[in-house]
Amino acid sequence: MDPLTLYDANLGSRLLLGTARYPSPAVLGEAVRASGCEIVTVSLRREAGGGRSGESFWALIRDLGVKALPNTAGCRTAKEAVATAQMAREVFATDWIKLEVIGEEDTLQPDVFGLVDAARALVSEGFCVFPYTTDDLVVAERLLDAGCRVLMPWAAPIGSGRGVNNAFALRALRAHFPDTPLVVDAGLGAPSHATAVMELGYDAVLLNTAVARAGDPVGMARAFRLAVEAGRAGWRAQPMTPRDMAEPSTPTIDRPFDQNA
Amino acid sequence: MRILVNGRSLEVQATTLATLLEELGYGDRKVGTAINQEFVRDRDRETMRLKDDDAVEIVTPRQGG
Repeated sequence: MDPLTLYDANLGSRLLLGTARYPSPAVLGEAVRASGCEIVTVSLRREAGGGRSGESFWALIRDLGVKALPNTAGCRTAKEAVATAQMAREVFATDWIKLEVIGEEDTLQPDVFGLVDAARALVSEGFCVFPYTTDDLVVAERLLDAGCRVLMPWAAPIGSGRGVNNAFALRALRAHFPDTPLVVDAGLGAPSHATAVMELGYDAVLLNTAVARAGDPVGMARAFRLAVEAGRAGWRAQPMTPRDMAEPSTPTIDRPFDQNA
Repeated sequence: MRILVNGRSLEVQATTLATLLEELGYGDRKVGTAINQEFVRDRDRETMRLKDDDAVEIVTPRQGG
């Protein structure tokens, strides 16, 4: 597959994988390997003094040899998100941050106003911001103005598995920002959904629940890997233009029994 | 003094963030810290004095999407 550049990283894989909700750490590790991904998302959570779960989880990720993309999941304000990003930079030793500022509980829709404010603050501190956003074109413009060099629009609400809710909006984003890496983040449920967004010309997909909550997460990770590769290859091969009416594929000239010859 | 640590009210002896981490048993573990929603860098914990009703966050790596 052709390489992908996100900020300072050149990547062979166009699949980014979340690390939450797997049946066990062992299954998580196997799924990451099966997916072929080079970037996984991670988070920060409170832990009591005697706890060791954070330490063991981080050891697992380091052993997998993948790059960590910390998130600000659950943050409700720009202030919370900025402080979480700053803590993540120190704990994970990376300037990368998947920026989430959630505005609504039922859909986990981003608060795009807080998102732009937080993005601007973090870029000014040298962060490489991966903003989790809606498919709104104007918000995308504001995020790029704020200094983001990657956009991560949703396909559907986080964890819903619905696939692409608004193909028109995703297509418009792709057309409007032909040179900006676009990663669909959230809402994909089946491998065919990933193929569909890659066929729209998207640069990559970020998944979590679709793999972690599958009956066989490792098998599903492999399926998504193939789906992303198929979609990318299909897009690069330039699909034909759809038609409303049929057009014979077999030559019509010299058809046997042709009365019009 | 009484402060909030990760959302729980605690009576503590520590007067700085660094000594609070020792008192609560974090040892040399890699943690992120914030007080009253403001990030506190590792190297500033020694001098970061605590006061009553401070809300301290102490976080570690975890699974995320």
